[in-house]
Amino acid sequence: MKQALLFSVFIIASCGLAYELIAGALASYLLGDSVTQFSTVIGSYLFAMGVGSWLSRYIGQNLILRFIQVELLVGVLGGFSAALLFFAFTWSPAPFRLLLYLVVFAIGVLVGLEIPLVMRILKRDLVFREVVSQVLTFDYLGALAVSILFPILLVPHLGLIRSALLFGVLNVAVALWAWWLFREQLPNAGWLRAQGSVALLSLLTAFAAAGELTSLAERQLYADEIVHAESTPYQRIVLTRWKDDLRLHLNNNLQFSSRDEYRYHEALVHPGLATLPTARRVLVLGGGDGLAVREILKYPQVETVVLVDLDPAMTRLFASAPPLRKLNHDALNSPRVRVINADALQWLEESDESFDFVVVDFPDPSNFSLGKLYSASFYRLLDRHLAASGLAVIQSTSPLYARQSFWCVVTTLESIGLLVTPYHALVPSFGEWGFVIAGRRPYRSPQSYAVATRFLSPETTPALFVFPRDMTRVDAEVNRLNNQVLVRYFEQEWRQVIR
Amino acid sequence: MHRRDFLNSIAAAAGAASLAACRSQPPALPPGELLGTSLQIGHRLREQGLPAASETRKVPVLIVGAGVGGLAAGWKLAQAGFGDFLLVELEAEAGGNSRAGRNAVSAYPWGAHYLPLPTRESTAVRELLAELGVLHGDARAARPVYDERHLCATPQERLYFAGRWQDGLLPQTGVSADERSQYRRFAELIEGFAHRRDASGRPAFALPMALSGRDRDLLLLDRSSMREWLLAQGLDSPHLHWYVNHACRDDYGTSSAAVSAWAGIHYFACRDGQAANAGSDTVLTAPEGNAWLIAGMLRSIEARVGQRLQTGALAFRVDGGDGGGASDRPIAVDLWLAAEQRTLRVLAGQLIWAAPLFLVPWVFTGHGELKRAASSFSYAPWLIANLTLSRLPDERSGAPPAWDNVLYQGNGLGYIVATHQQMRVWQGATVLTWYRSFDELTPELGRAALRDTAREVWAEQILAELEGPHPNIRGLTSRLDVFRNAHAMVRPLPGLIWSDARTRFAADGERLRFAHADVSGFSLFEEAQYRGVLAAERTLRRLGVRFSSSLA
Repeated sequence: MKQALLFSVFIIASCGLAYELIAGALASYLLGDSVTQFSTVIGSYLFAMGVGSWLSRYIGQNLILRFIQVELLVGVLGGFSAALLFFAFTWSPAPFRLLLYLVVFAIGVLVGLEIPLVMRILKRDLVFREVVSQVLTFDYLGALAVSILFPILLVPHLGLIRSALLFGVLNVAVALWAWWLFREQLPNAGWLRAQGSVALLSLLTAFAAAGELTSLAERQLYADEIVHAESTPYQRIVLTRWKDDLRLHLNNNLQFSSRDEYRYHEALVHPGLATLPTARRVLVLGGGDGLAVREILKYPQVETVVLVDLDPAMTRLFASAPPLRKLNHDALNSPRVRVINADALQWLEESDESFDFVVVDFPDPSNFSLGKLYSASFYRLLDRHLAASGLAVIQSTSPLYARQSFWCVVTTLESIGLLVTPYHALVPSFGEWGFVIAGRRPYRSPQSYAVATRFLSPETTPALFVFPRDMTRVDAEVNRLNNQVLVRYFEQEWRQVIR
Repeated sequence: MHRRDFLNSIAAAAGAASLAACRSQPPALPPGELLGTSLQIGHRLREQGLPAASETRKVPVLIVGAGVGGLAAGWKLAQAGFGDFLLVELEAEAGGNSRAGRNAVSAYPWGAHYLPLPTRESTAVRELLAELGVLHGDARAARPVYDERHLCATPQERLYFAGRWQDGLLPQTGVSADERSQYRRFAELIEGFAHRRDASGRPAFALPMALSGRDRDLLLLDRSSMREWLLAQGLDSPHLHWYVNHACRDDYGTSSAAVSAWAGIHYFACRDGQAANAGSDTVLTAPEGNAWLIAGMLRSIEARVGQRLQTGALAFRVDGGDGGGASDRPIAVDLWLAAEQRTLRVLAGQLIWAAPLFLVPWVFTGHGELKRAASSFSYAPWLIANLTLSRLPDERSGAPPAWDNVLYQGNGLGYIVATHQQMRVWQGATVLTWYRSFDELTPELGRAALRDTAREVWAEQILAELEGPHPNIRGLTSRLDVFRNAHAMVRPLPGLIWSDARTRFAADGERLRFAHADVSGFSLFEEAQYRGVLAAERTLRRLGVRFSSSLA
């Protein structure tokens, strides 16, 4: 009996420290500034424990019953704490802090009750000196064990949500064990056992479904139903649907909405390709969704479209899923299309093919890797694959939200001696969006479109090339591999938009 | 961390947890080789057990040593259209400290790995870069255009400090206002030296160092150590001292407490090179480190005068060239040809000694003063490791992976990423080159450690250190090769730079010239190349061959 209680001190001490560490780590992950998060979490937790210890004086009888109840409460509250906080954050960061300190305080109070209760239970069998010495020894040993296991085993291998659930299970197990040991002395023993079993079951279920919990949390982030989600070595692909609106997110950035993507892809392809009646060979870099290819295939003179996209999962998805094949008119299965899954930079370095029209449709330059795809070196490489009278079009982020970034792309293309024509179009789900046509010969915008379009018309085309005052040219440096200024511009400008 | 990144990391952790459950034992150390400079053949010098020559050959110009100095001498001779020379090298390949290795993933350096943008005075370096097609347009322009493939891509360097990566190498997080003001004061002092000219208009600290100012107060800086100099300026910030010490270890293999203040300041103040298409701190690099410069010089020599390199040849006896009445006789150099197991005697009309100067006492007969002078040179041992990884390792938070990645207060000097210049969006497998100097030991103890320590011990130390910032590096490392260099570079200790001992080797002889970075007192590409070109030009002049100088 005595040993059993002392062992349970070891367990509950580990659990107590674990919840504190989990709350601190979670707060640092989500809010940043780990020094502040850890010190405020630990401070409130210790204070709450003090409150718990003080409150223990009001527990007069039924010490064992109270102990079991406290354990069950700690187990459930602590066990679900990480998942709860995490969901709260995805729902809205604002009340998260309040909830964080509430949860920390509640767990702290309950944990503060534990040790005084155990000491009083043991006092019946031992002298006080022995009780203090043994209980505190196991208390501190438990803390040591967890503080070592936490960074080495638990966080890297289980993650925070599962670690919390694991300790919740341990707390509940202590409660059930205590119930078994003292079942003769307990009033309402059956009811208590039922409570314990429900708590244990729900914690175990949650532990088994932790992967599902993560995607459930993700679903909170996307307002719409997730119809496909996949993690590839390169990115996380998430496809959502709301009524007839399909949306593609790569690494949580919106790539298109099926409601207005035609505006984007018509604006990307036709102003350039409509002026090249003899274009036979077209290259698409990025754009594994096949939507730009769909527009290109409208031109009967185009014999070959080479699509180079890094991620085979992307092109496979858009070549196989029925709603996506419908959206891109089954472009990726066309006999005129050759899909190559390769790193665009490497492919351009190694290939010696040349093209009449090149569509460069990469993600925005949000990091140094992607920034390479907007560098002078990249454009020089691209130029080598452009036929003498060929044109390239480059998606160049928003000239309104990221004005200097947009004009940085223009400046960079000019720096390698290309003739450059910038233009823009409104895509409601993105906002005002920018493109740049580049080539070695002067470009004249099309007077008419030979193919069917929903957005572009000859009358409105000249307006694409007119930049209103808030988007006119600003100075920018040339984006080079050795300065990556574009990533800096882009980060600054989008940070202001998001605020 | 943004909350969406956090979501992803949770998702990834959930996946990793199921994998981790299957693996409990720590992975064994990755396989690899223990490489190094040729110890056995070099040590035969001490034993003097080599046979007498079986053949004698006359060569108008002999260059001993095909590192940067020897190759630069050969390059200049060939450029002048003079092909009557032989270039001999002890090792199996040319390159010295700029050699490289290569595997299926990438080429990688076994030593020097970058060249700062050349200074105005480094005219020969600029000329070489122009010939190799890396410097475009006028080679002497103030701000030339450089080939972007060789300009180090952003980000160039970062520091792992206080549990996270930061941009740049000067520690920033939690550094007090007083220390920051010391950072500024240090920068101002360096700026002052960088712009200073001596009484005759020379830059105070030039690269090549031979063109530096000679004002008395400047030369006096060579009397104290870099650390003493910092303290004398009232600079006692521990973070600043770490930074300066790192720089001294990185360039000289020697701590700031041991390096001459003149050499320490030279490191910071001499580099004023600029580019039209890069910031002034940018360096020129390549996956194989500086080996591309070696290959370029070899190509250039071969294209102009044909193959002139003989590897696996140990010069173990040099007789003659000792001034006086003997100057009308050629210098006899005995070469042990390891592959043929025989000795060849070369009668050299002119000798350019481009091997390290510590060999002089073992090889030269006579030349008492040179031998005494050579004994005042001290050499730092180095350890270099190349780690082949299936991908870049996981990161702690902070700045993204850079070319040069330094660990604050690390045993090693950090690592560079061989695939950094690769034109790839997605970094796959990579090679990390890790460096370690032995400045905490005496050079002799450092050499003993190099000689007696097994590769597995180094591998364990290296992985343990890198596991700090990269928790999963051990599992990703498929190969870990280690290279030992017992006499990697000369140590610019106080008093060496402006000593008679050093300047004695810089003098022009009738038949004998020295062309090694040792002659400058520190091991830099620019110095070695300058000494090589200078020795070649002096030789050409002596032989009456017309040429246009690369140094004027």
